[in-house]
Amino acid sequence: MIEQPGNPPFAATKVEGDQALLRVRDLKTHFPIRRGIFSRTVGHVKAVDGVSFDVAPGKTLGLVGESGCGKTTVGRTILRLIPATSGEVIYRGQDFFKYRGDELRKLRRHMQIVFQDPASSLNPRMTVGNIIGEPIEVHGIARGSEKLDRVASLLQRVGLDPAYASRYPHEFSGGQRQRIGIARAISLSPEFIVCDEPVSALDVSIQSQILNLLNDLQDELGIAFLFIAHNLAVVEHFSDEVAVMYLGKIVEKATGHELYANPKHPYTESLLSAVPETNPRPTKRRIVLSGEVPSPANPPTGCAFHPRCPLARLAAQQADAKDTVQITSGGETIRVFRKCAEQAPPLEQKQGEAGHVAACWVTK
Amino acid sequence: MRWIPNFESEIELPDPLLQIENLDIGFETARGLVRPVREVSLSIYPGQTVAVVGESGCGKSVTAMSILRLLPSPPSKVLGGSIRFAGQDLLRYTERQMQAVRGRDIAMIFQEPMTSLNPVYTIGDQIAEAVVLHQKVGYREALQIAEQSLRDVGIADPHRRLREYPHEMSGGMRQRIMIAMALSCKPKLLIADEPTTALDVTIQAQILELLRKIQRQTGMAIMLITHDLGVVAENADVVAVMYASRIVETATVEELFDHPKHPYTQGLFRSIPKIGVTSKRLETIPGTVPNPTRFPVGCKFHTRCDKMNGDPLCTTVEPLLREVSPGHWASCHHVEKFADSPVTPPQLEHKRETDLSAVGEVKA
Repeated sequence: MIEQPGNPPFAATKVEGDQALLRVRDLKTHFPIRRGIFSRTVGHVKAVDGVSFDVAPGKTLGLVGESGCGKTTVGRTILRLIPATSGEVIYRGQDFFKYRGDELRKLRRHMQIVFQDPASSLNPRMTVGNIIGEPIEVHGIARGSEKLDRVASLLQRVGLDPAYASRYPHEFSGGQRQRIGIARAISLSPEFIVCDEPVSALDVSIQSQILNLLNDLQDELGIAFLFIAHNLAVVEHFSDEVAVMYLGKIVEKATGHELYANPKHPYTESLLSAVPETNPRPTKRRIVLSGEVPSPANPPTGCAFHPRCPLARLAAQQADAKDTVQITSGGETIRVFRKCAEQAPPLEQKQGEAGHVAACWVTK
Repeated sequence: MRWIPNFESEIELPDPLLQIENLDIGFETARGLVRPVREVSLSIYPGQTVAVVGESGCGKSVTAMSILRLLPSPPSKVLGGSIRFAGQDLLRYTERQMQAVRGRDIAMIFQEPMTSLNPVYTIGDQIAEAVVLHQKVGYREALQIAEQSLRDVGIADPHRRLREYPHEMSGGMRQRIMIAMALSCKPKLLIADEPTTALDVTIQAQILELLRKIQRQTGMAIMLITHDLGVVAENADVVAVMYASRIVETATVEELFDHPKHPYTQGLFRSIPKIGVTSKRLETIPGTVPNPTRFPVGCKFHTRCDKMNGDPLCTTVEPLLREVSPGHWASCHHVEKFADSPVTPPQLEHKRETDLSAVGEVKA
């Protein structure tokens, strides 16, 4: 198969209309916990436990959640940097997990990643020109002076001086390094980029520069993003659609505006309320959650959020005693709604915009 | 000392608990003298929270470390100024006298709780060590004090936790341990250097709520060092903005957020994405944070400033921090009537108008 640079790999299955570029179905990534001298598997950390979503071409899906919720693992599993336990990733109608060897490498061109820490994701012994140029050469797009021209134009595109190609990563600031990482990611004209916390390690005044750059690149090149971040304001700013993860599962998904204006899952609500307002006269009611995120090796039964959930307690107060159950959470004994503690709620349509889904027994 | 008339008697206003005046810190390096802190003046009153905001390399942490004299010398050197704590100049103290101040009068918590706890000692041992050192109690009694301080910071089952090691705890839990350790000797001033930066938003909300609660109970003063304007808006009484070694603006939290005067502060406010305000493009501050070894001449912000308009004054004369309106200090040639404003040390004995508790924190 001979390819021209920039052309999609499957001309026959070209994405049309509302068809998704990427479909993720029931993705699971479990890591074994090994103990003892024979490394016996004693359990599994369910880092990602049944995640499904679509990413439309040229659009951004934001993935938010706290540390340990599995958002980074989702991004890496999709790109096959971590093997999936089960589930499907359908890219342009083809099952990405079935590809091997050469075909896989060809497909990889179209799916790239930008990492959180620009310092550790650039090889300190390679010049910037080599870092950006290597993928271009490996994928046989250009070599020699043509490659150098491409590197120069890529550097210019991300706002760096083309003369920087001969320098090493340590000579740059954090924001500049992140620009280099972005130039590398777009060097193969991908259609999909996983942005894994691309601005978290940067100074406040630099973050907005990088966000604007990513935004411009998306408009110009029509790249779809999976935008992983823990900063809700950044995600809202950047995403068309936002999915909230808790303990390996998506608990709510809606368009950015809808999710922030009308959160349905109590976890989303408390996450939103926990973000400090940049207003010295705060107006927002603050929901302070008790306890911490439980270990994904041993998640709570039923709805994983029930030990910390304010709604599960509220519902228990209004329900008959037989519909409630006593649990201990963070050292205190509380009564919660029985259904929350025993059955996992499905991700279902809630009142509000079409496509606003949440996994909660209590909210409508 | 200031006096205000009162019809019954004359009330003496308290002196600041901490008063830093014209502090200059230098680092001897192979490339010559680097000056990360210049002419910094700051005062903190009892019960007050003063936030120091700035990006990496602006000198905020160096300022904090110099209060406790924790900077290694050489290479660091105090080039001038004074740090008065409860009337005494800490810069004249001997190392032995400083040891009595550290932990007992002034305590500090750091950004990374893992590296500030000793991994080979139990939590109980580490807290008790500080207590034995500063209070006239035996080890057994110190452990009881340690247990009580763990209880005060909301750690469930504190008796068991005393015998645990730092690695057995989550990030939020470790930060609580650090706070418990800092508070075990009832300091008058707590220096919190990015206390919540490494934590998730819901845990950040818990920790900040805890600090506010302790402050209400004990009247402790807090110097809060952060880069997060949301944390500042919700917690500070008075704010000092630092840029490239200097305080460029200081005012009460309400005044600063309502009427920022320095172009850097204004740029920062404009460039952060805010929840619920969706616009695709963010305003940015161009350029990068300057490296302390290569600060620009004149006003250090002129290379990134949108107000400068080629004014030669900005590129040659470094503006001092002047009181540009009552209770509002800024250092920018382009602030109205800047040249006529007096150069005075900032002193603001202000308490914020609205506390988060006034809005209502819902404990879930």
